[in-house]
Amino acid sequence: MLRDETSAAGIHFVHHRPSFDPKIANVEPHIAALGASVSVTDFDGDGRPDLYFTNSAFGQLNALYRNKGDGTFEDVAASAGLGELNRPGEGVSMGAVWGDFDNDGREDVLIYRYGYLALYRNLDGHHFQDVTAEAGLHRWVNSNGAIWLDYDRDGLLDLYVTAYFRNDVDLWHLATTKIMHNSFEFATNGGKNLLFHNLGNGKFEDVTDKMGVGSTRWTLAAASADFNGDGWPDIYLANDYGPEELYLNDHGRRFVLTTAGLESESKSGMSVTLGDAFNRGRLDAFVTNISERGYLFQNNNLRLNQMSESKRFRNVAEGEIADAGWAWGAQFGDLNNDGANELFVANGFISADRNRSYWYAMSKIAGANGRLFEDAASWPAFGNASLSGYEPSRVYLNRGVAGWVDVAKQVGATDLYDGRAVALADLWNRGEQDVIVANQNQPAIVYRDIPDSANHWIGLKLLGTRSNRSAIGAEVELESGGLKQRRIVDGGSGFSSQNDRRLHFGLGGREWVDRIIIQWPSGVRQILQRPAIDRILTITEPER
Amino acid sequence: MSEATQTVGERNFIARGWDLGRKIDPRYLIAFLITLVLVAAQLRYHMVGGYDRLVIALGVCLATEAMLSWFDRGKVVNLLSAYISGISLTLLVKPQGGALWPFVLGGFIAIASKYVLRYRENHLWNPTNFAVSALLLAAPDRVSVLSHQFGNDLTTNLVIWIFGLIIAARVGVLHITLTYVASFLLLNTARAMTLGQPVLPEIAPITGPMYQLFIFFMITDPRTVVRGRRRQIVVAIIIAVMETLIRFASDKGWPLPTAFNVAPAFLALAMVGPVAKWLDLRRVAYK
Repeated sequence: MLRDETSAAGIHFVHHRPSFDPKIANVEPHIAALGASVSVTDFDGDGRPDLYFTNSAFGQLNALYRNKGDGTFEDVAASAGLGELNRPGEGVSMGAVWGDFDNDGREDVLIYRYGYLALYRNLDGHHFQDVTAEAGLHRWVNSNGAIWLDYDRDGLLDLYVTAYFRNDVDLWHLATTKIMHNSFEFATNGGKNLLFHNLGNGKFEDVTDKMGVGSTRWTLAAASADFNGDGWPDIYLANDYGPEELYLNDHGRRFVLTTAGLESESKSGMSVTLGDAFNRGRLDAFVTNISERGYLFQNNNLRLNQMSESKRFRNVAEGEIADAGWAWGAQFGDLNNDGANELFVANGFISADRNRSYWYAMSKIAGANGRLFEDAASWPAFGNASLSGYEPSRVYLNRGVAGWVDVAKQVGATDLYDGRAVALADLWNRGEQDVIVANQNQPAIVYRDIPDSANHWIGLKLLGTRSNRSAIGAEVELESGGLKQRRIVDGGSGFSSQNDRRLHFGLGGREWVDRIIIQWPSGVRQILQRPAIDRILTITEPER
Repeated sequence: MSEATQTVGERNFIARGWDLGRKIDPRYLIAFLITLVLVAAQLRYHMVGGYDRLVIALGVCLATEAMLSWFDRGKVVNLLSAYISGISLTLLVKPQGGALWPFVLGGFIAIASKYVLRYRENHLWNPTNFAVSALLLAAPDRVSVLSHQFGNDLTTNLVIWIFGLIIAARVGVLHITLTYVASFLLLNTARAMTLGQPVLPEIAPITGPMYQLFIFFMITDPRTVVRGRRRQIVVAIIIAVMETLIRFASDKGWPLPTAFNVAPAFLALAMVGPVAKWLDLRRVAYK
C-alpha cells in the first residue's frame, strides 16, 4: 500500500514553472513544462535520507528538506545556501544530483539548469559553498539531467550532463525562434551533452569530444551501469525525438556508440531507469515514452539486458506496461518486499483546461517538414489547452512471466498531478521504498510505502574507499535461496531524479540471505555471507 | 556525342520509359509505389515497427482476398489489390504496445469490405480507408495512425511525391490528386484566416506521410472513384470541403470522436467517397 504522507511529513513544496522570452509565448506552456525534480541525499550524514526539490521560476526557492527523524522534515535550503538558485542571468533549476566529488565524506550537489551549471560543495553537513567557477563548470547548458559516474575508475566522481535545447540558446533573450527540434523522430539539433572529468583537485576538465559522448539528440535522461560486464561503467541515454543511445566504455579511454537493438525504435524517451526486471541478476532498462489514445502509441520500452550474450537489449514491453500515457519519471523498486521489482511511473504533461487538448493542434505539424516546426513561432498557439493532462500515476506490479499489471488505484496512488521526477527512499528507515514525486507547477507528493509486514528485507549502505566515497556505480547482487537480485548505487536515475544511495532488497518470506556480492567501481569484488536481515547494514569497501 | 544528340537520346529514354509505363497494368505501378514507400520508410526510419506486423497484415489481406474471391467467383483473383492494402495497413496502423491484432482485424475487414459492402457488383469504400477508419472509430484506445514516424525529412518526401505524381499521371488520376491538394491548400488557408490562426500550421499536414498515402493510394483508388474526370474533380473538392468542416469542428472543440481529430482526411473520404460512388453507380444504372 502507498499512503499520501506529504502533509504529515511537513513537506509543502510547490513547484513553479518558468516564463521565457515573449517571442515564444505561443508555446511557452510546452517549453516551460519541465523543472520539477527531486533527489535524495543524506547531506548531514545522520543516517536519514533528506530530500532536495528544485523550483523553476525566477525568485522561487529550491527546497532542502532535512529529515528530522521524527517522521517530519524541515526546509533548510536557505540556511544551507541551496535555496536561491533561480535568478535572472543565471537560469532556473531543472534538477540536481548528489555525490561526494571530493571524497571528504559529505555529499556535494550539482544543480543543472536552463542556464549555468552550479556545483555546491558540502562544507560541514549544514552549509554549502558555490564552487562552480573554481571547478571549471561555469558553463551554460540547457539541461534536464546529469549523472555522477566514475568512468575511468580513478576513485573520483566524474560528471555527465545532458543537454536539451542548444547550449547557445538563452531562453530569456532569444536571437531566433528556431530553437525547436527539426524532426519528431530523428532530431539531432539539440544541445550537446557534456562529460567532465574530475581531476581530483576540485577541478573538472571537459573531455566530451575526447571521450566521444557529445550526443546532440535532445537527451532528457541518462543512466550509467556496466551493462556488458566488462567492469567499466557505460552510459545509456533516453532521447526525446529520437532513438535511445548506448555508449559503451572502452576501458576508460573512450566511449563507443553502439546500436544494441536500440536504433530500430525511434521514439520520445522521457526517462531511463535501471533495475533487475525479472530477477536475472542483470540491470535492465525501462524507458518511458508518450502514448495518447488515437494519436500516438510510442509505447514504453522494457529492455532486457542481453549484452553479454548477444550485445543487444531486447524490448519486452507489452500490454499495460507499454502504455502509461505521457510518462515521465519511473523507478524500479520492491514496494511490497516480495523479492521482485515493481515500477512506479509518474505521468501527465500539462493539465490546464480539461475541455481543450493541444493534441489536435500538435498533430497538424507533427508530420510536416522539420523546418516548419523547428521554428517555435510556427507552432499553433497553446493557449490554456491541456496536453495529456490529469493522468494518474501507474504502479506496475511485477507478476513475472504473467506480466505487469497497474495497481495504482488499489494501492492508493491516486493523484492526478503532472508528475515528472520520481525518487525512491526508505525515508523512515523501516525497510520500505517510499515514493517521492515532484510534480510540474504543482505540489510535490510523498507516498509512504507500507509493504507486506510478513516479508523480510535488507538494506545496504555502501561506503567507498578506493572507489568514490558515495559508492556510486557499485553493483550489488543478492542471492537468497533461488532468488537473485541486482541493484546499483545510482548517481542519477529516472527523470531529473536520484534515489536513496542505500540499496533496498525485498526478500519475501525468505528468512536469510545466502550471500551478497558487491562489485565496487574500483574493481574490488566483495562477498558477504549470510548477512543479518531486516536492517540496514553499512558496508565499507575493503582496501583490496 | 554532341550535346544535341545526347538531349534527344535522353528524351527518347524518357519517352520509352513513359511508353513502357503505359503498357503496364496500373495496379503494378501503384504496387511499385507503395513498395517504394515501405522500403524507404523502413530502411531510413525503421518505420514498420516489426516485420511481424508486415507479415501478418500482408498474410491476412492476401489470404482473405484469395478465400473470399474463390467463394464469390469460383476463382482466386489477382492479389495485387490485397498486397497494396496489406502494405498500406502496415504503414498506417500504429497500435498500442506490441499488439498485432489490429493488423489481423484491419487486414480482414479491409478485404472483406470489398465483398460485403457492395452495390451493383462494385465495392464502395477504399479497403484501407475503411479498415483504418473503422479501427480508429472502434478502438482509439488501442490504435493510432501514422503521424510523424516518417522523419519529417524533405528529401524522402520529395522522392515519394515525384514518383507519386508520375505514377498518378500514368494511372490517369493526377487530376484527382492535384484537385484535392489545391482544395486542401485553399480551404485550410481560408479556415486559418477565418479563425485568426497562422496559415502555415494549418496547411502543414499536407506534407506529412499520412497524406502521401492518402493522396496517392486512397482518394485515387481506381476502383472506388466515380466515373468521369469532371465528377472525380468535384468529388475530390467535396472530400476536401468535408475534411475542412471536420477540422473546423475540431478547432472549435466540438465533441467529435477521436478518430475525426486524428485523421480528418480519412474520415472525410470514408463518408463522402461511398456516397459519391453509390450515386455514380446508380446514375449509370438508370441511364
